[in-house]
Amino acid sequence: MTEFVDTAAEAVASVKDGSTVLLGGFGNAGQPMELIDALLESGTTGLTVVSNNAGQGDRGLALLIKERRVRKVICSFPRQSDSWHFDEAYRAGDIELELVPQGNLAERLRAAGAGIGAFFTPTGYGTSLAEGKETREIEGRHYVLEHPIRGDVALIKAHTADDAGNLLYRKTARNFGPVMATAAAHTVVQVRQRVPVGSIDPEHVVTPGIYVDTVTALGADAQPENQPQEAKHA
Amino acid sequence: MSTENSTSTLSREDLARLVAADIAPGSYVNLGIGQPTKVSDYLRADQQVTLHTENGMLGMGPEAHGEDIDEELINAGKIPVTEHPGASYFHQADSFAIMRGGHLDVCVLGAFQVSAAGDLANWSTGAPDAIPAVGGAMDLAIGAKEVFVMMSLFAKDGTPKIVADCTYPLTGLACVSRIYTDHGVFLIEQGQDGPSVTLREAHGMSPQELADRLDFPLTLPAENSWRPAPTQRG
Repeated sequence: MTEFVDTAAEAVASVKDGSTVLLGGFGNAGQPMELIDALLESGTTGLTVVSNNAGQGDRGLALLIKERRVRKVICSFPRQSDSWHFDEAYRAGDIELELVPQGNLAERLRAAGAGIGAFFTPTGYGTSLAEGKETREIEGRHYVLEHPIRGDVALIKAHTADDAGNLLYRKTARNFGPVMATAAAHTVVQVRQRVPVGSIDPEHVVTPGIYVDTVTALGADAQPENQPQEAKHA
Repeated sequence: MSTENSTSTLSREDLARLVAADIAPGSYVNLGIGQPTKVSDYLRADQQVTLHTENGMLGMGPEAHGEDIDEELINAGKIPVTEHPGASYFHQADSFAIMRGGHLDVCVLGAFQVSAAGDLANWSTGAPDAIPAVGGAMDLAIGAKEVFVMMSLFAKDGTPKIVADCTYPLTGLACVSRIYTDHGVFLIEQGQDGPSVTLREAHGMSPQELADRLDFPLTLPAENSWRPAPTQRG
């Protein structure tokens, strides 16, 4: 049963010190900025964060890292032109990094949500990122054994939730949201709008409400700054 | 564009034009960040090529400008882009299933080095103080049916970047099928007797001069097929 709460602060109350948090987003697209701001405000620390990147500029995950709330980050692409907070924390030895090829990151999350014990993937075979991992040759191709990544909590962003917790996303902001929603013990979603049951065509639902535990609707304030095509998708 | 210019090397624009002309009509293609992105400038509408971006989209259009910029519609380099009619969005596990599952016809990547066996090194220089980041490079390298590399043939110190064995950390093994360089195009085939490298065309040096600069056996093109710089191809 999906619970709706009024504020981002209530929504992130399930994150505890030391939690593993699956954080949606590819760059800033789909990153649940308001949930992260609430997490920052809550003072929760010692987090392991699973996300594609390790923060950009002075927003979102970058601020959690700046304030040293993140003990470890599991991601595919931490180094960017504006990842200065991660860079500083990493060089100071204040943060642990587990680097995972992006497709393996997505599939390890998917496996966790789908009840898969581990899987063989060709990605990374023969590279330093597969060192020490079990390998197998199957029908002439080489594979690496990879294990699921489960979260205590997933914090993701979607566009619309109905009262049953069914979710719609928007454009490339979808990215990790649907897989992370399946892979955590508790999934928290920030959306722009909450609509009554029946407003979303069941054929169009991307994430079914069974994966969604807590939703907070943040309204127009959570809209991106430039969104000229919004009218078509409202 | 000059056609008499056979003793000149190819510029980056020439290379992008050459790669674009070599992509079969109707292909599904992923263009890597950086130099490969330029290929899209030379794809003709009648080629009906569909571009994939690993953050979750097929049918990606050109870079967005002005009012068309949408924070939730970006490419793998986090640059705002546009959507073509017929575009689709999907989550990360599906996006990488498209790659890993062998559904992409071509991906075009940059590289630090490629070996004569088709091994690719393009994600890390291995410098001890560098912050590692891999993104989707390893998934792309092993996933697409054909992996084209665009790079300069020689490093700044004059050493060739097509080598007997890569000295940089590997991205994938035996995955590159073609290398487009300023000095020529090289075809790598994985034959029954092992891999072989054939020079398709030479620019700025004769085929024999190129063979003399490389430390692996290079199969030269037939006599008198030293091609001039490319013109518009059909």
